Amino acid sequence: MATEHSILETRDLTVRFGGHVAVDRVSCRFERGTLTAIVGPNGAGKTTYFNLVSGQLRATGGTVLLNGEDITSMSVPRRTERGIGRAFQLTNLFPTLSVRENVRLVVQSRANKGFDLFSVAACHVELLERADHVLAEVRLIDQADRIVSALPHGDQRKLEVALLIALGPQVLMFDEPTAGMSVDEVPVILDLIRKLKSDMDRTILLVEHKMDVIRSLADRIIVLHNGELVADGEPAEVIALPIVQEAYLGKAPEAA
Amino acid sequence: MLTRLLSGDTPRSGILTVFLLLILISLAFAPFLFPGTKSLETAARICIFIVLVASYDLLLGYAGIVSFAHTMFFGIGAYGTALALSATGAGYFPLVWGTVAGAIVAAIFALAIGLFSLRVKAIFFAMVTLAVASAFAVLVSQLSWLTGGEDGLNYRIPRELTPAFKLIGGKVFGVTVNGKVLAYYLVFVASLVLFLIMLRIVNSPFGSTLKAVRDNAFRAEAIGYRVVWYRTTATVLSAVMAALAGSLLAIWLRYTGPATTLSMEIMIDILLMVVIGGMGTLYGAVLGVTLFILAQTYLQDFMGVAAEATSSVPLVSALVAPERWLLWLGVLFVLSVYFFPTGIVGRLRERARASGR
Repeated sequence: MATEHSILETRDLTVRFGGHVAVDRVSCRFERGTLTAIVGPNGAGKTTYFNLVSGQLRATGGTVLLNGEDITSMSVPRRTERGIGRAFQLTNLFPTLSVRENVRLVVQSRANKGFDLFSVAACHVELLERADHVLAEVRLIDQADRIVSALPHGDQRKLEVALLIALGPQVLMFDEPTAGMSVDEVPVILDLIRKLKSDMDRTILLVEHKMDVIRSLADRIIVLHNGELVADGEPAEVIALPIVQEAYLGKAPEAA
Repeated sequence: MLTRLLSGDTPRSGILTVFLLLILISLAFAPFLFPGTKSLETAARICIFIVLVASYDLLLGYAGIVSFAHTMFFGIGAYGTALALSATGAGYFPLVWGTVAGAIVAAIFALAIGLFSLRVKAIFFAMVTLAVASAFAVLVSQLSWLTGGEDGLNYRIPRELTPAFKLIGGKVFGVTVNGKVLAYYLVFVASLVLFLIMLRIVNSPFGSTLKAVRDNAFRAEAIGYRVVWYRTTATVLSAVMAALAGSLLAIWLRYTGPATTLSMEIMIDILLMVVIGGMGTLYGAVLGVTLFILAQTYLQDFMGVAAEATSSVPLVSALVAPERWLLWLGVLFVLSVYFFPTGIVGRLRERARASGR
């Protein structure tokens, strides 16, 4: 293990906004085929940490390593090419395009066909088939022709997840994937995430507030508090820690 | 076959199909259907502006980039052809290399502007294009030893494209097939080909990526698209198409000057035509241009007739007096933007979708 790199690692990752340190020297390794839940109260720096890893935000200190390669100063599209993928907390789609077109664009990026100027996009049947396959997986296929801006919020959340699944990167970062979804749809998405981890051997980072979701999915939990990594370990032991009970779940401990 | 030619982008509305066919047939047979110098001038102007406005829609409607430098690229193309023809005299060789040179210069300018300013906010890019375009227009009017200044350039084009040349002795459907008719068909066929190329580009994987960049550049980056390169490529393509349209104008008019190519007025006309026709659909350019230029050319005549007919009614006849044509043109635009916010094509397609299901 000593010579082998973790798939993703952050070393002393830091970002400052003026005097405020939003993420403070976070060092952490993530291994293949594992799902790590990142928890912490609002404003703890969870989403900021995600932004630093996927590149929407540039670190003011520290490094991000992907398979041992320093990607700290790479742009977002280059990180995506290297294998980091991200779904967003606030729905972040292509609103005037159809559901199918949203997914097809991801598949097209993956197939590196974006600069193809002289073929007709609709003739690339393999891209459309792949898009439909993903839509079937998240159970959005019957909405495929609808324009995204007219879609109910729950379905937009599903599409958000679908885009990341279609991208199929080595590292998948989900930011509260089930927020706003109806109760009967949540298990579908959780099953998909579970499959990505165990069948596809992907590395998954998950920001989540719902304890039951974390319990059913996570192999490991890390806790951020005021931008610092304050706890890291097995779900059962981390949840039992006083700092988590206090900072994350409030004073009253949840009944196990 | 037809679907392939249209790159799978069919009009998707019965009424729109009828309009487009009507325009296509009218333009294809314009010299015979509407004989006369003025109507041929109008038809050629419509062809050239369809290319120009479609190329602007590629930028504004598909890539979501607001640029005020489109007439500059139009002008670069026109001056390229004009300078080559005035320097070496009438001939096909200077005509071709002037056109190619114009397109290349336009591409280089667009690349430079794109790389320097497409990284920043959209409003800043719009301002940069406005500044560059104004500077270019001033430069052209000042360098009179080269460009003829405000007077522009008059030059000769190959004899086969001038009225003096007769292709066949007799008349076809009562029309003499002279070089002017040939020149018209050069303009028509070139415009049609350029339009179909652009239709292919907007329906290609590249075109679909442009729409993604327009909708949500942030997310487009997160799924792996290098947004700046897509925007820059769109700017370059649009500039090249505008330059080629400019060359067609230079060949057709046998004159190139700031007023016909570089003026801010033309820039505003282009904007209006895109908006009236419908942004984000190239068919919008066809309808927008046709309506706009027909109104610009014939509204005055039409109002003259109307004023005559209502001469006994005091207030009405004053309102429709021919010299008020600009007022009515303005009213027409305000109404069309108010009632068709998605443009004529957008509106027609909405109707077709609503009735289709």
